[in-house]
Amino acid sequence: MNDINDTIIPEPVPEYPDWRKDAKTLTNAGLSEEEQDWFCDARPQPAKKSWQVMENFLNWARSNSLWILAFGTGCGAIELRPLITARYDISRLGMQPRPTPRQASVFMIGGYVSIKTLKRIVRSYEQMQGPKFVVAVCSCAINGGMYWDSYNTVKRIDEYIPVDVYVTGCMPRPEAVLAGFSKLKELIKGGKAEGQNLYAEKFDWYKENQKRVIKDWNMPDYNW
Amino acid sequence: MKKLYDILSLQFELADFESKRSDLAFCKVKASQAISLLTHLRDIHGYTHLVMLTCVDWLEDKQFQLTYLLHNYATKTDLGILVFIDRDHPVMDSLHHLWKQGRVYQRELHEMFGIDFPGSPGVEEPMILEGWQGPPPMRRDFDTKAYSDETYSHRPRVQNEPEQHMKEQLYSED
Amino acid sequence: MENLYPPIVDGKSVYDLNSQKYLKMWHGPQHPGVTGNMSLELDICGDQVIKCNTHVGYLHRGFEKLMERRRYINCFPIVCRICVPEPDTNEYLFAAAMEDLMGIEIPERAKWLRTLNLELSRLASFLMWIGGQSGAFGMGTVAQWTMAHRDFVLDLFEEWTGARIYHMYTIPGGVRGDLPEGWDKRAEKTIAAVHKLLDEINYVMLNNAIFKQRAVGLGVITPEMVDAYGVVGPNARCCGLQRDIRKDQPYLIYDQLDFIIETETAGDAYSRTVVRWKEMYQSIALIRQILAKMPRSGALHATLPNVLHLKIPKGQTYLRAESTRGEYGYFMVSDGSAFPRKVTVRGPSYTHAMALLEDLAVGVNIADLPGLMVSLHTYPPEIER
Ligand code: SF4
Repeated sequence: MNDINDTIIPEPVPEYPDWRKDAKTLTNAGLSEEEQDWFCDARPQPAKKSWQVMENFLNWARSNSLWILAFGTGCGAIELRPLITARYDISRLGMQPRPTPRQASVFMIGGYVSIKTLKRIVRSYEQMQGPKFVVAVCSCAINGGMYWDSYNTVKRIDEYIPVDVYVTGCMPRPEAVLAGFSKLKELIKGGKAEGQNLYAEKFDWYKENQKRVIKDWNMPDYNW
Repeated sequence: MKKLYDILSLQFELADFESKRSDLAFCKVKASQAISLLTHLRDIHGYTHLVMLTCVDWLEDKQFQLTYLLHNYATKTDLGILVFIDRDHPVMDSLHHLWKQGRVYQRELHEMFGIDFPGSPGVEEPMILEGWQGPPPMRRDFDTKAYSDETYSHRPRVQNEPEQHMKEQLYSED
Repeated sequence: MENLYPPIVDGKSVYDLNSQKYLKMWHGPQHPGVTGNMSLELDICGDQVIKCNTHVGYLHRGFEKLMERRRYINCFPIVCRICVPEPDTNEYLFAAAMEDLMGIEIPERAKWLRTLNLELSRLASFLMWIGGQSGAFGMGTVAQWTMAHRDFVLDLFEEWTGARIYHMYTIPGGVRGDLPEGWDKRAEKTIAAVHKLLDEINYVMLNNAIFKQRAVGLGVITPEMVDAYGVVGPNARCCGLQRDIRKDQPYLIYDQLDFIIETETAGDAYSRTVVRWKEMYQSIALIRQILAKMPRSGALHATLPNVLHLKIPKGQTYLRAESTRGEYGYFMVSDGSAFPRKVTVRGPSYTHAMALLEDLAVGVNIADLPGLMVSLHTYPPEIER
């Protein structure tokens, strides 16, 4: 019978943190070995604020040139066409649709979001350059709308990406969407449209929610 | 339509002729004869247009009802061919060689009901649902509400007592 | 010079994607050149498409499942969401399928109003489409005009039914209300404006040299392909086939109206545009006829039992109507309860966007692909529902 004190306790091997598994980096575990190298593993950082005067000026500038990402995710997107053409003409407010996420600053979620689209929405949102804002148009994006019991649409879009302004209505009129954009401008001018920073701060929470509904996660964790 | 049914029943084992309107009728056929009946109708009787292929789940009878709806542009009539197959081992012959759009319908049915169509190109590929892990969703025994409650979180409902709510809204100062 | 194009074996081109001569490219869903929310997986050689795969499912909500859980009357808000630019066809067909199963005859006046509703929405849908078609070939001006005029048509709808997009005007047994007072005059004014716009489109778009050069010969549908692929509607009429459900199996009061089936013979994107452009004139003529001939008094809907407890006798039926894209059909099965057993929607885009587009896209320049897609007038929610 050996005394416990007699047994030789081996020196514990110091655990060096695997740089991939570090809290500061992302694993991109959904991708194959080869593809993991293609994508960056840094996580988003909240934007740093400069002086208040400078920030006010920047906010004023941001609010007056909102470029919309032309990605119609559901039936609400059909009101985007009257909006960008002659009748409602949002160019007069400094907005216009852009075909690529790199040039856009507003993501307009137009209606219900199915799981397959949610994947594309997350990637497009992450590819947009900051400062970026999200306007959720239609009641389906807010609480599921009439598809509250559907197996393929998400019920609350704000669990997956941060939303700055909601526009309610089952097919909101173009005027309502315009009012939503004016509200967004006000928020930006007041420095309150902080969706992008929220996404960076609560990044893990958002990722967890996204991975819960997207069962085959085969994309990079943060794609920018 | 009845005439056509009588002619066809000399060759095929048809049953349950049901004339809905003067231009629409349904009849039942055995699963093993269905594809040859469709070919016959298409080539001899002028039913050249496959309107649709769909499935009805009769959970109580443990059967899937496949409906092949054909249209004849010359006589302007529709004929629905009903085929009943076993719900537990749903296998059916493929018609992708007769109509090009047939494979798309079969791909959808494979995904939504889990019916197998051996030989149909690309039938195994997911078409609509990406990364779906549940049972085929259009089957009757799949409960979409339970699935949605379990998978997604709903926004909690705020219900206000109308009188109280309006008071707060209008006279919140006092 | 080495031949870049892949060799063809047994009717299929054989190539190795890793040989660096060919490229796999995704076209959509986040892309301004696709109609709605769908995507194409293209293999390209230079700038020519050598293989195209359509991917749909981005808009799937499981309508057919949801309808099994709802009472017949509760399905109405759902069915019109299947096709956003033209919801009235869905409403009409769902109501008509219910009436067919129950054996209800609707009043004469309701038939006229339903026809008016369908034709007006056809006009709005075509206006939107022609804007998309011109936009896909780089003519933004026409799109600006037509979208504005579509909005004027939607204003008429708003005054008449109370909603811009989803009218839910047709209810089982009839229609929801009468035309407002003085609506005819305002309708005539709008329609005259659209008529004038169509004349201008003829000069600006259909006789435009660039549009002609790009659209003539693009995506030819031959008459043999029509039955093999199940092509319907204007896409079938553009290759010379006289097929129109409004004439072949007249529903509502189309047999009392006077119109012709417009056809073209070339079968390419240009003739598809021309067919639809001509059909808009027909539609305008039909609206004028209906407004002139319509009975102005009478019942608006048949009396139904309490719709919340409506039980429909056991049976199945199929109803079809001509939408802007072709044959739209509803297959409804009832098991005698208050909930539909199964409702299947046959959307015309199903065949056009999946089987047909995949084959027509082969050999097309990528720059022309949006034009080809729009000229087939596909609309993805009809495919996946
Ligand atoms: S709220 Fe209505 S209009 Fe908007 S996406 Fe949902 S169903 Fe469509």
